[in-house]
Amino acid sequence: MNPLVLWFHKLGSPPYFYRFAGKWLPWLYALALIAGVVGFYGALFTAPADYQQGDSFRIMYVHVPCAWMGLFAYLFMAANGFVGLVWRIKLSETLAMASAPVGAAFTFITLVTGSLWGKPTWGTWWTWDARLTSELVLLFLYFGVIGLYHAIEDRRQAARAAAFLALIGIVNLPIVHYSVIWWNTLHQAQTVSLVGPSKIAPSMLWPLLVLAFATHAYFFASVLARSRVALLELESGKDWVRALLHAAETLHD
Amino acid sequence: MTDFFAMHGYAAYVWPSYALFAVVLLADALAPVFARRRALRDIAARLRRAASRKPS
Repeated sequence: MNPLVLWFHKLGSPPYFYRFAGKWLPWLYALALIAGVVGFYGALFTAPADYQQGDSFRIMYVHVPCAWMGLFAYLFMAANGFVGLVWRIKLSETLAMASAPVGAAFTFITLVTGSLWGKPTWGTWWTWDARLTSELVLLFLYFGVIGLYHAIEDRRQAARAAAFLALIGIVNLPIVHYSVIWWNTLHQAQTVSLVGPSKIAPSMLWPLLVLAFATHAYFFASVLARSRVALLELESGKDWVRALLHAAETLHD
Repeated sequence: MTDFFAMHGYAAYVWPSYALFAVVLLADALAPVFARRRALRDIAARLRRAASRKPS
């Protein structure tokens, strides 16, 4: 078998993943922290005030990376949920369920900071327009996935049921993304694009990209940390968990 | 410096946004740390109970 496929198979084994994630965690947290500090320095000190919005535009530096992460986390959750449903891979189910609370946290920050940005720029905290409403639906979808996962006793059955809900909810992702194009909305259209040039000055753009990198690193750190705990609980009767606990106890004695 | 903290009149909107980001993500980062501690304690207790039930 090709070495990459072989490694992927190995990664799917809980004890191997537990060690692998433990090794990478500190680096991911460090990367997120360093990029976060650099990004916020740029956001607050080097980026000039916006000519229309003044300093209120600095809310963008928390709002936009979190909004991207809310969508990214959902995609990651749904993709892992799909793999878990089709191939019954325990690790995929675990990763899917671990990304739900992190995605919900990012979506929650997006909604509240959006409200804080809307008040001075639009004159209102909230309006039921397409972008805002679909983003709220995204948060409720996360709540639905988390709630369903905790409502069912058997952990693996719960993960599969919640993954199925996550897959259905994927229909909301294009609605969130294209809502500013499909409907007339108070929300401004996209200024940063993966394809084609971005309509934003470089001095304002780089902190945003650095913060986007920081939030991605943080997302993976949090998902790995949560997955490790979930695997410990899921595999508590297995030999590798016993060996781990035994090693920890002899260390303390 | 005062200008910086005042955000030219937008302080009431900018700083709560940044604070919320920090608080929510800090809570999110701490959650697995406590969950892991709890899980290890629970599993250890279960193993001890199982060991005492059938003395070898």
